[in-house]
Amino acid sequence: MNDDPILKVEDVAVAFPMGGLMRRSSILGVAGVSFEVKRGETFALVGESGSGKTTLARAINGLQAISQGQITFEGDRIDTLGKGAMKPVRKRMSMMFQDPVGSLSPRMTVGDLVTEPFRIHGAEGRNLRDEAQRLLSLVGLPLEFSDRFPHQLSGGQARRVGVARAVALDPALIIADEPTAGLDVSVQGEVLNLLNELRERLGLAMVIITHNLHVVHHVADRTAVMYLGRFVEAGETEPVFGQPVHPYTAALLSANPEPDPDRAHDRISLPAEVPSLLSRPDGCEFHTRCPWVQPRCRVEAPKIARVDQRRTACHFPLTPGARPTLSTEERR
Amino acid sequence: METLAINDLNVVFSTEAGPLHALKNVSFTVPEKRIVGIVGESGCGKSTLINAILGLLADNGRVESGAIRFEGTTDLVGLGPTQMRALRGERISTVFQDPMGALNPVISVGKQMTNIQYRSGLSRAEKEARAIEMLELVRIPDARTALKRYPHQFSGGMKQRIAIAMALMMEPALLIADEPTTALDATLEVATIELLKDLQQKIGCSVLFISHHLGVIAELCEEVVVMYAGEVVERGSVRQIFNDPRHPYTVRLLECDPARQTSRVRHLPTIPGEIPDLRDRPHGCIFAPRCHRAHDACSTPQAERDTGDGHFARCVLANDPEAIEATA
Amino acid sequence: MRRLLREPLGVFGLGLVILVVLSAVFADVVTQFDPNRISPRDRFMDPSTTNLLGTDQLGRDLFTRVLHGGRIALYVALVSTAISLAIGIVLGLIAGYGPRWLDNLMILIFDAMKSFPTVMLALALVTLFGPSLTAVMVVVILVNVPGYARIIRTQTIALKSSEFVTAAQSMGASTGRILRVHILPNVIGPIVILASMDIPVVIAIEAGMSFLGLGVRPPTPSWGSILNDGFANIRETPWIAIAGGVPIIITTLGFTFLGETLRDVFDPRLKGR
Repeated sequence: MNDDPILKVEDVAVAFPMGGLMRRSSILGVAGVSFEVKRGETFALVGESGSGKTTLARAINGLQAISQGQITFEGDRIDTLGKGAMKPVRKRMSMMFQDPVGSLSPRMTVGDLVTEPFRIHGAEGRNLRDEAQRLLSLVGLPLEFSDRFPHQLSGGQARRVGVARAVALDPALIIADEPTAGLDVSVQGEVLNLLNELRERLGLAMVIITHNLHVVHHVADRTAVMYLGRFVEAGETEPVFGQPVHPYTAALLSANPEPDPDRAHDRISLPAEVPSLLSRPDGCEFHTRCPWVQPRCRVEAPKIARVDQRRTACHFPLTPGARPTLSTEERR
Repeated sequence: METLAINDLNVVFSTEAGPLHALKNVSFTVPEKRIVGIVGESGCGKSTLINAILGLLADNGRVESGAIRFEGTTDLVGLGPTQMRALRGERISTVFQDPMGALNPVISVGKQMTNIQYRSGLSRAEKEARAIEMLELVRIPDARTALKRYPHQFSGGMKQRIAIAMALMMEPALLIADEPTTALDATLEVATIELLKDLQQKIGCSVLFISHHLGVIAELCEEVVVMYAGEVVERGSVRQIFNDPRHPYTVRLLECDPARQTSRVRHLPTIPGEIPDLRDRPHGCIFAPRCHRAHDACSTPQAERDTGDGHFARCVLANDPEAIEATA
Repeated sequence: MRRLLREPLGVFGLGLVILVVLSAVFADVVTQFDPNRISPRDRFMDPSTTNLLGTDQLGRDLFTRVLHGGRIALYVALVSTAISLAIGIVLGLIAGYGPRWLDNLMILIFDAMKSFPTVMLALALVTLFGPSLTAVMVVVILVNVPGYARIIRTQTIALKSSEFVTAAQSMGASTGRILRVHILPNVIGPIVILASMDIPVVIAIEAGMSFLGLGVRPPTPSWGSILNDGFANIRETPWIAIAGGVPIIITTLGFTFLGETLRDVFDPRLKGR
């Protein structure tokens, strides 16, 4: 079994040009990110709006050009490929999108939707009706759904159709953008369980993008937390989740607490003003909101270092049980 | 005094395929100066409930029976459009999931905030001062300049805070917040919830807070109403609901929240099945088809059982917590 | 379809349209006269049981001519609308989905075409092709294409960034496939209704051009040319003008009522009434 990583992202950055003819400025959606995904592994990218996680996902899938770095998939470099050369790669790497119903073409039936990959890449003598049946039962949808339209599906059902479509050609890697978005709490587990099950059955690797650290805890082998286009902490999920060393990770975790009316005061709260990508803070980019900020953080950008089984970029990584040294008001 | 008392409310919509019984025998109260949360997933009827309270039901919907008593005296059900308009914005205000529902994109924030005060009789300078006061209260930096700006110049989180400022400016008796933080990122959500708590204390209004996010409900609300498929299945204090749930739906719902599982599980719990078609309500308990404890007694219509201390659950097993115990 | 039948105006419009279509199709069956047969003895006869609308200045039976004129009108209307739609849709898809510079260029061309006065266009084309059905159809096409293309372009731009299109791109779908399978079915609905409401306009263009002598050449019957004859001979009898004008009115009303009702029926905002 090949031990090489199936996906290698090396120092990738994505810049968006802005401004008129005179001022050529650009904003960095992704500011330099590196990671690897092994075969059969689930890797999670966690972050809030503006963190660059969706941009990074699209870059990996070839939907967004990168301005720096390289992306290697199954040993071949893919960031330089044109549309035509990228097509066969898309058989091996598929993507699921955030809006469960919106990512399905409104006037196509479920049967046509799940077999579209065959139509695009050539069916090679396969019977499409049979394939549709196979895929629907793989994701636990009744076969009658083949004739339904997206607007007739619930969020959870539409999600499953998206999964079926993503695994149709037996890919090696699936990128799932917010797989639980738009789903009720009671059905979130359905999609995650399904993805887990398929992953084990089909030997898939997965990159999951989400803003919910708790979801990640249950499905990802390794996790990277993103802020303003960079990784602030990355490593095996269990330690990242259990003992976060970066203040942002700690804040994210505490933002989604166990629903317990008596635990409110444990909250680490951050000032709500997220810096704009047009004017990135100096020094450590998180210093404007950090509950542990010190003078050094305001001027010097921290380098990525190995701390306690993971990589993080922080001058003063947290020790277990650390509480903020400054209150929210003091930080203004 | 109860700011809002909903009694046996039934709302029906006439559709091409027959009458749709969207809300059935809904009863609960929002006491003065308290925060009451409604927990429910899609199809539970919370949007219909809000529309019924505000008198904004669609043309094909009507209140079949029941009362919505506001401040002990006025029944909102019979109220004509003029009287309803007098209440909305002044005594009852709303914050929605999308702040752009409240913010006019082509009018400056300042102008919108002074416009809302048209009934106050204050001078223009006084209205502006009040607007600045509210913006500072919701922690918008540089409030004076903010007045001149337009909604699109603010971030999502800030727009929501402006919407909250506008809703609370006239110091209503009741604030209805419909999923106000659902579209916000986790850290912003935290900040907004803390803000709401703060403001509620300062202004002393009652809040009806609707969300499907259990963590937020647990943090913010003092009392909780759990809705499923148009019915109230359980209600009580926040501690009762989260620490001692007495309805199988509540038990399962709490189980499903990934944040509740502290250790890593391979297989996340879910509630199998879908909510029933509300044009064809089953005769007995509405949750029975999906309930892990359903049995013969469930095929008859279920009344609320009193489990003591203001805690009610609509289940035959309400007073038998071990029987409802979560599945492994 | 059911909802359409509930609207009285729509039923009325549908009825008129069916009447016009049937009478044009079965023109030969219903009448026994040759529309071009001249009979100087029978000039300017009033309507009677043999000549339902009387005869014209050359003794030709008006009723027959009107029904045959209907064929011309419908032929022009349907064929040129169909061609306009086809061209408009293709151009609109390209403008909407293609690169910015192409879009800008095409908008320029559309706007230029739209600002050209129809009558001048007609005159210019007649100089090229001579008065004929072809000239009429080309005029109609040039007049209609920019409007359709614009609408399709706007809808295409709106759908270009929707998630299901991105999903198709991520699956490796070619541009052609995306346009054909994902975008086209979702933009075509409103435009078909719009086109049906343009049919009266097309008929009016044809009638107008024939009236001015720029369209079909005599002796081919066209409502417009009958109308022309009618005005020339108005002192002898009003019936020729009536024979030319009334069918135009009936057809225009019919298609307009039908089209407007169809549009209302399909308007999602009015659902649930």
